[in-house]
Amino acid sequence: MSSHKSKPQSLFDTRIIGVAAVDALRKLDPRALARNPVIFVTEVVSALVTVLFVRDLVVHNGQAAFSGQIAAWLWFTVLFANFAEAVAEGRGKAQADALRRTRTDTPARRYANPENLRGPLETVNALDLKLDDVVFVEAGEIIPGDGEILEGVASVNESAITGESAPVIREAGGDRSAVTGGTTVLSDWLKLRITAAPGSTFIDRMIALVEGAERQKTPNEMALSILLSGLTLIFLIVCVTLWPIARYSGTELSATVLIALLVCLIPTTIGGLLSAIGIAGMDRLIRFNVIATSGRAVEAAGDVDTLLLDKTGTITFGNRMATEFLPVAGVRVDDLAAAALASSLADETPEGRSIVALAKGDFGLPDPDLDPAETKVVRFAAQTRISGVDVGTRSVRKGAIDSILRYLKTSMDRTPHEFRQAVERVAMSGGTPLAVADNGRLLGVIHLKDIVKPGIKERFAALRAMGIRTVMVTGDNPVTAAAIASEAGVDDFLAEATPEDKLGYIRKQQFGGRLIAMCGDGTNDAPALAQADVGVAMQTGTQAAREAGNMVDLDSNPTKLIEIVEIGKQLLMTRGSLTTFSIANDVAKYFAILPALFLATYPELAGLNVMRLASPQSAILSAVIFNALIIIALIPLALNGVAYRPVGAAALLRRNLLIYGLGGLVLPFVGIKAIDLLVAALHLA
Amino acid sequence: MTLTGWSQIALVLALVVACAVPFSAFIARVFAGERTFLSPVVGPVERGFYRLAGVDPGREQDWLGYTLAMVVFSIAGFLSLYALQRLQGVLPLNPRGFDAVAPDLAFNTSTSFITNTNWQNYSGETTMSHLTQMLGLTVHNFVSAATGLAMAFALARGFVRSSAQTVGNFWADLTRITLYLLLPLAFVLAFALVALGVPQTLLGAVDATTLEGAKQTISIGPVASQEIIKELGTNGGGFFNANSAHPFENPNAWTNLLQIFAILLIPTASVLAFGRVVGQVRQGSAILATMAVFVLIGILVVYWSEAAGNPILAALGVDPSLGNFEGKEVRFGQAMSALFTTATSGTSTGAVNSMFDSYTPLGGLVPMFNLLAGCIWPGGVGAGLYGFLVVAIIAVFIAGLMVGRTPEYLGKKIEAREMKLSMLAVLIYPLIVLGFVGASVLLQTALDSLGNSGPHGLSEIIYLFASSNANNGSAFAGINGNTLWFNTTGGLAMLLGRFAYVVPVLALAGSLAAKKKIPASAGTFPTDGPLFVGLLVGVIVILYLLQYFPALALGPVVEHALMLAGKTY
Repeated sequence: MSSHKSKPQSLFDTRIIGVAAVDALRKLDPRALARNPVIFVTEVVSALVTVLFVRDLVVHNGQAAFSGQIAAWLWFTVLFANFAEAVAEGRGKAQADALRRTRTDTPARRYANPENLRGPLETVNALDLKLDDVVFVEAGEIIPGDGEILEGVASVNESAITGESAPVIREAGGDRSAVTGGTTVLSDWLKLRITAAPGSTFIDRMIALVEGAERQKTPNEMALSILLSGLTLIFLIVCVTLWPIARYSGTELSATVLIALLVCLIPTTIGGLLSAIGIAGMDRLIRFNVIATSGRAVEAAGDVDTLLLDKTGTITFGNRMATEFLPVAGVRVDDLAAAALASSLADETPEGRSIVALAKGDFGLPDPDLDPAETKVVRFAAQTRISGVDVGTRSVRKGAIDSILRYLKTSMDRTPHEFRQAVERVAMSGGTPLAVADNGRLLGVIHLKDIVKPGIKERFAALRAMGIRTVMVTGDNPVTAAAIASEAGVDDFLAEATPEDKLGYIRKQQFGGRLIAMCGDGTNDAPALAQADVGVAMQTGTQAAREAGNMVDLDSNPTKLIEIVEIGKQLLMTRGSLTTFSIANDVAKYFAILPALFLATYPELAGLNVMRLASPQSAILSAVIFNALIIIALIPLALNGVAYRPVGAAALLRRNLLIYGLGGLVLPFVGIKAIDLLVAALHLA
Repeated sequence: MTLTGWSQIALVLALVVACAVPFSAFIARVFAGERTFLSPVVGPVERGFYRLAGVDPGREQDWLGYTLAMVVFSIAGFLSLYALQRLQGVLPLNPRGFDAVAPDLAFNTSTSFITNTNWQNYSGETTMSHLTQMLGLTVHNFVSAATGLAMAFALARGFVRSSAQTVGNFWADLTRITLYLLLPLAFVLAFALVALGVPQTLLGAVDATTLEGAKQTISIGPVASQEIIKELGTNGGGFFNANSAHPFENPNAWTNLLQIFAILLIPTASVLAFGRVVGQVRQGSAILATMAVFVLIGILVVYWSEAAGNPILAALGVDPSLGNFEGKEVRFGQAMSALFTTATSGTSTGAVNSMFDSYTPLGGLVPMFNLLAGCIWPGGVGAGLYGFLVVAIIAVFIAGLMVGRTPEYLGKKIEAREMKLSMLAVLIYPLIVLGFVGASVLLQTALDSLGNSGPHGLSEIIYLFASSNANNGSAFAGINGNTLWFNTTGGLAMLLGRFAYVVPVLALAGSLAAKKKIPASAGTFPTDGPLFVGLLVGVIVILYLLQYFPALALGPVVEHALMLAGKTY
């Protein structure tokens, strides 16, 4: 999985930090901050304390040093929150810029009349291309925009977006007719119809998403914002009403300390990191070479409980391979292997090569010593489905059972008993039997088998532990499908699946309350991709498929669906853990600030000062400083996400509750005490 | 604390749970409108009511229709109760010839009884005629409780149903709950009370000649019938001013046991019934276990604190061996007073068999915290269940994300709309309680009502609004609530505490019902084990502590610290 991951970005790239620091200041604009109620409230009260600080300076009441420091740290709280978001955006942007560089100032050769593809060409800037323009691109040129091939076949280097250096074939019609702007044609030529206006190509959309301009709150972010706003309101009520209640009790509380209490109580930690977490989630996907067209899709990925996986390429290695030779009675297995080897030398299909590999590898057979003069090769052809070799008078053939029977002019019921048994056994196990004949005599059967990728069964087991079902989709018949399904350990399978079957299956599962993720590349996959909650289209797929899905995998690797789900889960876990941490923090802050407020009136409350903080002022200041610094301290966690393990929900919950719940309770006691020692040592309060 | 005391507590609680388990199955049947063993008798009456009112019990309402029906019913109840009090002077069954109840008091009392609060700014035995007590107050003791349970039914349907538009029929729920649950239970248990010595008569008072030869008028009346529904319906409005401390309401240890049992039975059973109707008994058990944690800690603190007594008095030479017995009845003792207090404040009952004003600071802190939390362990009839579920939804949302999925509770995704409605509901409490407390301590007229100054005075005010808001109705006493300020603000707190809370809750029911039910898997946030119980306890403690810690610190906490320091004020 890591082979396609682009180089790990250092968390605090100095360039990103520099830009982010400036951005943090720029983001102080209250109009921008209003999107984030918690930090907005913090900014408003910071301004208020600043005014109080100025007043304290003017009237010389001896409070200026205290209110000045509180004001400064409140502003830092806002700035740190802005900084977190700016760093996340900066990292996303760095990723996006690399992609964008590929498409600046690309020249394009456009047909003056898109109706006439034999007509004259004009050279324009790629950025000036419009939807439905038709362009001509040939070897060595960069494709100027996302498009659909109208004519031509070409090999294209898509490494600019996929990081994969092997060229891919693109041709008109069928499932490989879409090309992406910024990729390079290596050979031949293409005539393309532009399918995305500049500024709305995939890369543009992705850049906009990570840059935050187009970022909309995802459903869960919205719900969390409501919780945070509600808590902010509650604490506003608590702090406002504390003033009269304290007054009744004989304590006049200053606005500065009430505001300090308010900012410590409202969930600034998660409020400040919330958008950074969201952006980092998208960014993690991009580093994984998957582009999500919305943050909603990343979130939905975490909720997915059913994965629809294509068998070929995802669960098995695309090609069937020879795994055993089954001779009939009276034939040695080595003889059968030798015959199979000889007959397959001229078979360049993957199956043929696997027979050669098995014979040479497991049976240690040498290359048959054949005299070229006497040898006549019969190449594999789709029509005959037979390949073989004639050496002198001897002719060896191997091929599909019915083809060989036809070649031998015989029928199944006239074959040896063991032969029929072997054929049946191979078919029952989900494999494909091939027959081998030597000079008209049946030697035995080659077992061709879909090979399940190593390690995939363990991954499915891990997914199952997370409550995610895997469903294998295949065009195979039910017997073959069932055999592979059981070998790969999937929970369910769809055999002889048509695109309609897929769509129907998704609908049925969704009706039962499940969320489905799938990947696909063909145009006929489009309806299912659109219907699925997470539809990952392959970059090599058709334009229709890419439009229908809500993610595009630049590497076109369907196995990545599993990692996509994990990234979605990690995003939600990070949010939840930091929310829990943030709320749990408040307990310690109360124990720091409340005794400080009322010790003068009620010295008996000294028992509540469990941290034994130096003085009331240093207690309040320390709590505010802790509250600001914890945002900075948690930025790495917010950007990298909390550790994800494929264990069950109960185990995850127990672990995270212990770390972020209990940790959130205990850590601030330690932190505030440490800051208090420092504040007292430096005589700051 | 004594072993006997704890044995008594354990006995009562065991009795409650033992009876609640089978009873929950019965509630689940009533919830589903299924046939019960009472159907042959009650069925015809039920159908008669539907015919009379022109209600088709099979026609369900969406959440808004359900809410409107509830509100209309409450307004009608308010108006009729108000009229009854104002006209009682010219109506029959008024043996002692009481006049019409004053307008502001009638308003306060009507509000109090339709909201299941039963805050009483009057002495029943010297204010209300028998007709008002029986036709007005006792009737509302039934229907306000039934209304509460009906709303819990609606919310439960939100969890049970999948992609549904409706949440039930309010009229049918109200009728079924009253006829199948409350009336039969009250009927049977009222006889038990009578047998144990509680009066049940239409006579007004008995004149007695005391040993000194003085004439004394002793009020009696239809006490037992009101007494039992006072507890069963978690109402709390006593026939007499002294409530369950009065020897005619609660004459002996056995009636005391029966009353605590009656307070806890329906709330406990309805939590278990919730587990049954959502299809997993364990879900109900987990909620009940969470509630039990708070109940047991409450009992422990009250019992321990009262048994430990007041060191200041001990220093003055008072024998400390009995602990703090001020304000408690000798026939109940400290253990059963502690249990009664925790039960009455953990539910929205508000009946009292001892006076909280005389408790030690920490002893008084327990009922106060229970009220501030909204009386949700195990809570008022229905009100406790829906109140607790709202808190559970918030807890699930906070912690649920940690398993890497959009939080879900009982197969329902908790999204922006659910969060909005839940937060809207829980915001009401601090807004009302802290808002009114803050305003009251600034007003000299309000402070004039206080019987004590300092932290204890603050406790009295906090308690008053917490009690009104949570629709509990118990009083800390020591404060004169019958003033224009407290009548008005207290009345508002009761109304908002009930209706501003349940409208979002019913909207929540509608929103949940419309959602698809997600099948549970290994990836689902587990809500039925000890882990969830621990999580809920933690979130609840932190949430409520954060809201009320400053106010509590300046009230009971500082009072406790002062007491330990040997200071008075």
